[in-house]
Parts: sequence; C-alpha cells; structure tokens
Amino acid sequence: MTTPATGAQAHLGSHGDEHAHHRQSFFHKYLWSTDHKMIAMQYLFTGAAMALIGGYLAYVFRMQLAFPGQNVPGYGLVTPGKYNSLVTMHGTIMIFWVAMPVLVAAFGNFLIPLMIGCDDMVFPRINRLSYQVFLLSAMVLLASFFVHNGAFGGAWTSYPPLSARGAYNLTPLGASLWLLAVALEFVAFLLGGINFVVTTMNGRAPGMRMWDIPLVVWMIVLASVLFMASVGPLIAGAVMLFFDQRLGTAFYDPGRGGDPLLWQHLFWFFGHPEVYVVLLPALGIVAEIITVFARKKLFGYRTVLYTTWATGILSFVVWAHHQFIAGIDPRMANVFTITTLLISVPITEMIFVYIATLYGGSIRFTTPMLWALSFIAEFLIGGVTGIFLGASGADIYFHDTYFVVAHFHYTFFPSAIIGMFAALAFWYPKMFGRMMNETLGKIHFWGTVVAFNVTFIPLFITGAAGDQRRIYSYALFPEQDKPGLQHLRELSTIGVIVLLAFQVFFLINFFWSLRHGKVAPENPWLSNTLEWTVPSPAPHGNFAEMPTVYRGPYEYSAPGRETDYWPQNQPISPLEEAAL
Amino acid sequence: MLERFSTGASTYAGSIDHLIFLVAALVGFWLIVAEVSLFWLMYRYRHREGHSSQYVTGEEKHLTRWVTIPHFMVIFCDIVIIVPAILVWVNVKQTMPPAEQTVRIFSQQWAWSFQQPGADGILDTADDIRTVGELHVKVNTTYHFELMSRDVLHSFSVPMFRLKQDAVPGRTITGWFQATRPGNYDIQCTQMCGIGHGLMAARIIVETPEQHSAWIRRASNPALAAGVSLPADTDGSKLAEVRP
Repeated sequence: MTTPATGAQAHLGSHGDEHAHHRQSFFHKYLWSTDHKMIAMQYLFTGAAMALIGGYLAYVFRMQLAFPGQNVPGYGLVTPGKYNSLVTMHGTIMIFWVAMPVLVAAFGNFLIPLMIGCDDMVFPRINRLSYQVFLLSAMVLLASFFVHNGAFGGAWTSYPPLSARGAYNLTPLGASLWLLAVALEFVAFLLGGINFVVTTMNGRAPGMRMWDIPLVVWMIVLASVLFMASVGPLIAGAVMLFFDQRLGTAFYDPGRGGDPLLWQHLFWFFGHPEVYVVLLPALGIVAEIITVFARKKLFGYRTVLYTTWATGILSFVVWAHHQFIAGIDPRMANVFTITTLLISVPITEMIFVYIATLYGGSIRFTTPMLWALSFIAEFLIGGVTGIFLGASGADIYFHDTYFVVAHFHYTFFPSAIIGMFAALAFWYPKMFGRMMNETLGKIHFWGTVVAFNVTFIPLFITGAAGDQRRIYSYALFPEQDKPGLQHLRELSTIGVIVLLAFQVFFLINFFWSLRHGKVAPENPWLSNTLEWTVPSPAPHGNFAEMPTVYRGPYEYSAPGRETDYWPQNQPISPLEEAAL
Repeated sequence: MLERFSTGASTYAGSIDHLIFLVAALVGFWLIVAEVSLFWLMYRYRHREGHSSQYVTGEEKHLTRWVTIPHFMVIFCDIVIIVPAILVWVNVKQTMPPAEQTVRIFSQQWAWSFQQPGADGILDTADDIRTVGELHVKVNTTYHFELMSRDVLHSFSVPMFRLKQDAVPGRTITGWFQATRPGNYDIQCTQMCGIGHGLMAARIIVETPEQHSAWIRRASNPALAAGVSLPADTDGSKLAEVRP
C-alpha cells in the first residue's frame, strides 16, 4: 500500500486516491465506511457541529439572563417556555452529543486501533452501525426544535411527573422526541463501547501486555465499561417514561401507584458514572500529552490505573448525592456523603501523579501541552468545589444554585472542550497529515481559557449568593434581583460571547491547516506510541507491517540512549542491551 | 453578595455556614498546594538548552510517598469534613425538635400556598388561615412543615434559612425550621417545574409574637382578610397583588 486511500486525503483536497488498490465511491467512503478513522471523523465533525449548536443556545439564554426581556440578536425574544427549552437542550446536547461522541467515540475510534497496533476495530460493521444510529439520534433531537410547541423544556434530567405529561411540560412532542433521541444515542454508544473493549482486549499487537497499553486507550475502555454497566437501568427507566408519556401507563405517576423518585434513582445511577465516562478519556489524553512534552515517563503508570479503577467502582455508589433533598430517606444521605467524599481520594492521587510527572522534566509549551496543563489547572477547581456539594449539610444550601452550574462546568469544560482541543492539537497531524498553526493555536488557547474563567467564576459567586438554577428572570426574587448580582450575570454573559468568538480562530486554523499547514512527518512530536510509526495521515489499514511491542508507552529520556524517546515497537539492539 | 453568609435567619443557618467555611478552608488549602506545585514545576522544569529530562518511574518507595502521603492527608481531610457534614445533616434534616407550630405548604404550578392554624392553634379546624404567596411565622418558634405538591416536583427553598426541600406529589414530606430574625425573606422554587418556574416566588414573613398575633386576628376576620390572604384555589397570576 504505497498511496493511502483515506478520507483525510480528500479533506486535504488532493484527491490522490486514484492509485489506491481499491477505489471507493463517495457514498462508500464517507457515509458507509467501516474504516475506524473515517468513523472517527464522522463522530468528530458531528460532535463539533453539535457543539456549535449547543454554544449558540448558551449564548441565547445567557443574553436573556444578562438583559432580561430584551431581544437577543440572532434569536429574538426569549419567552419562559423557550428559555426552558434552551437550557434543556444545551445540557442534553453538550453531554450526550458533544462530550461523548468527541471524547469517547471520535478519539476512541481513531486512537484505539492505531495505538494498540491493529488494522481496524474488531467489529467494523457494528462500528458503522454505531455512527449511523448516533446520526439518527442527533437528527431526532434536532427535529424536536421544529415540532409543535418546540423542544423539550423539562431540564436535561427530565424528572417526572413534569416530563411524563404534556399537560405539565407543555412540550409533549418535544419530550417524547428527546427521550427517543437519548435512547438511540445510548444504543449507538453501547455498540461503540463493545467494539472498544473487545478490540483492546483481543486486537493488541504481539508483545503489548496490559501494562503496555497507552493510558488513553485504557481510559476510553474503562469509560466504555462504566457506560455499559450503568446505562441499563436508565434505558429501562426511559422505556417506562416513554410509556407514561405515550401509552398512559403510571410508572412515575403517584396518583396511580407510581413513584417519581424511581426515575431519579435510575437516572443518576447512570448519570454519575457518566461524569467519569467523559472525564476518563480526557485524563488519558492529558497523560499522553504531558509525557511527550515534558519528555518524562509518567510518574506511576500503575497508580493511575489503580486510581481509575477505584474511581470507576466508587462512581457506582454515589448517585444519590444528586438527591439529598429530593425527598429520599434522610439517613441515606449519610451513606452517600461518605462514598462521595471518598472519591476525592483516588482523584486527588491521580491529579498529583500528573503534577509530579512534570518534576524533572523538560517542558515544551506547545499548543497541545498548554491545553493539557490548563486541563489540570481548571479541573482542580471543578474537583474541589464538588466537595461543597458532596457534603450533605452544605449541599442543603448549594443544591440547584448556580454554584452547582459553575462546579460542573469546571469539570465538563476541561474534560470535553479542553480535552477535545488538546487531543485535536496533538493528533491533528496524524489525522490530516498537516501541522496546525502554532500562533493561531495559542491565540485560540488563551482566548478560550481566559473567557471560560470569566464566564464561570462569577457563577460561583452568584450561586453562593443564592441564585437558583433554570430561572428565566430574577425580577420576582428581591434577594436575587440586585445590581451587584446582575453585574456578575452580565460579566458571565460577556465571557460566553468572548469564548464563542475565539472559536473562530480555531475554525480558521483547522480549515487553513488542512490545505496550507506544514506537511506533517511520521512522528512530529517524537512520541513513543504506535500511531506515530505510521505515515501521516494514517493510511487505510494502518500498518504496512504489523508492529511488535517491546516496552511501555512512556519511556522518555531513558538513560543510556541517544534519543530521548524510545518507540514502543523498536527492538533493543545488542549494543543497547549491553549498555543497560 | 457574600454578605449572605453573615445574615442567616434560622437556628441552623449558622451551622451550615460554618460547615461551608470549614470545607472552604480545607479545599482552599489543597487547591493552593496543587496549583502552586503545578505552576512552580511548569516554571522550574521549562525546557532550556542543555538540560534534559530525568528518568523517574515514580514506582520506587521513596517516590511513591509523594503520592501516598497526600493520599492519607486527603483521607484525613475527608473525615474532618464528613463528620460535621453528617452532624449538620442529622440536625437539620434527620431529627425533628418538638413542634410548637405546624404549617402545611402546598406547591403547584406555579404558586405556593399555605395553611396554618388560626387563633385556636390547632390545624384542620374551621379557623385555619390559608394564604397564597406569603407565609407568616413567629420568630424563635419551632415550626414543623408538611410539604406537599399538587402536580409536579417543586422545591421549597428559603435561602436565608438555608432551608431547601423538594416537594413530591403523592407524599407529605415533613421538616422543620426556627426563624431567628424578624424580616421578610424570599421563598424560591428550586426544582424545574415548567414554564412558570421562574415566576414561582413567595415571601416568608417572620414576625415578633405581637405582630404575629395581630396578623392572626386580621387574617381570621373575613372582613379584614381580603387584603391579606386569598382562598386556596386562587391561581398564581394573582400573586403580584398580594405581595408586599
């Protein structure tokens, strides 16, 4: 295979696949492909498009909060019903149609076969089906904007009885389409998750032991396991909710023997592990990047894995911390406070391992490294503010205030958005065969990170001052309707606008570099892992010759070697063996 | 903004605030330690010509202590937070001091209504006072509340009391509070309850014993009651008229 026949080439505009040994029609190449890299691109571009939609929704409702009752440029007047739809769809889209497809599906698909030395996923057709179901789910969700009464407005948690009856939520069709879209999305990720786990367990290159698997692969696999283990109850719950909506059953209707709290348990039993489904891939991405640009071996590879497993297992027994004041037996809160705070132990350890990895390094502040370091700095804020909410006594005050909003944006934004940009900046050469522009990348980085903090630090303060969530206007609440708080809300809105504006630099950089970026060599960052041993962009079938693995992924600056990196597939020469 | 933390108006507001301060001090310490280490290491080990990286596996004993010592310190801090968190929780939510008064709180799309005893001090008698949008309570008196919902989930939140409790249709959820400062405070709904969620405001009016008995007299007299209270079936749109 001399000339690669990948979709990436066509993105570059070279259309140079005439010589490939099998020609594909446009349809087969872009829409019906079973190539894991093409499916990764499909997930990436769909997720990115959804991110733009989700960002636009955030802009609209932040404008309403900063300037209540005024026309929002580019949208119009925000009514209370529209406001509820906007916040509901923003949350739903950002978690299920941005964070998961980009972090888990796009990078999982792209990286797993390349990093473990496999030519494709083990079940390529299931993989194709996964994306197609995902695309369908996105279409169903977007269609709900245009039905009678508009998109669902009952919050992304969709608590019944509000979500169960059209008479309560006033968006009956939107509510059912929302549920259908979420259920389809889960099907897509179950199909994808099976592939990730089976491929990693069975498709590794000879010589790659469990401890030689790059962390990002481990993290995506563990995220898939968490997802698959937690989603079952929610799918059952979603079916019951759909029946309540459409067939008049009463699973959640207390008047007829149902229980609204049942949904909350099923939802959060999934919903909390879901946080880690998004977080873990980002942690993996950061591990790959900081080791490469600090030229350092990861400080305690096994520690990271053990703490990840511990976090994953603990994440199944903390769900009711979302329900402290929901009317559950108050004694349950004591158990869930203990389990919730204990999760801080493995997570702190993991973050300390990452920070300690920098010790003794030689740090290059490239764009991907800046993203990775900012992930650590920002995620720390998200992590520590969670303690306020996990401590039941303090949560009585903070529950459902903007403090919660700020807290989870400090976990999700670093994971989903910073993690995505870190990964794109790092693997762009392997995906598209060109280097991204560093200057544009750094402008985009600083603009995004500063604007992100300007957006969400004010919300910690307004939340601590009592601003409750999902409120269209504070005019009726004299304690919240104060100029000081209003200024902070305006500041946050300015942050969002700047944040969105700086994404233009990214879009320019992304599309400009596709054609005009410096042509990427095989291994531009001098990295160890297997994906850097194939040409850029990675060709169809990945490896011309299947690699053999001799060592772990983080052997940087090993003593007694001329180069400060040591690719996983490089055999030890007799000379080096003697030197060791 | 943060003056809110010195202005609690219930007996347990102070203990919740102290818990929040304790958490803030501990996590603030860890946040500073972690961020300072991160930025110092970034500066100290920035790439310079002629310096190369060290090879550190992080798996030898003298190295793992950099992770195990913080590990035990974090467990210790967790315990320091868990114990008071549970004590506060048990005090606020799990145990109920004996009631001096009982009120019933009804939530519905999108209004708060209240039922409390009239002059006889007994609930469910003919002289019960029903109000919409405002709840009158006596200072320094332990109230039990019975929280109910007529349709969807709502949440009864009085930020100045540090009180928050979801209302669940089909259940009666009991709780308690004791106001410590006369005044006029916000009641919020903090659970998404439909398009009127942002309009679901009410006021809690904490009165001295004299003011409170005067109010009971006024509210019990139908001739004087018109401006004070409204029948329970009044819809939420009238709220604005009765709010002070």
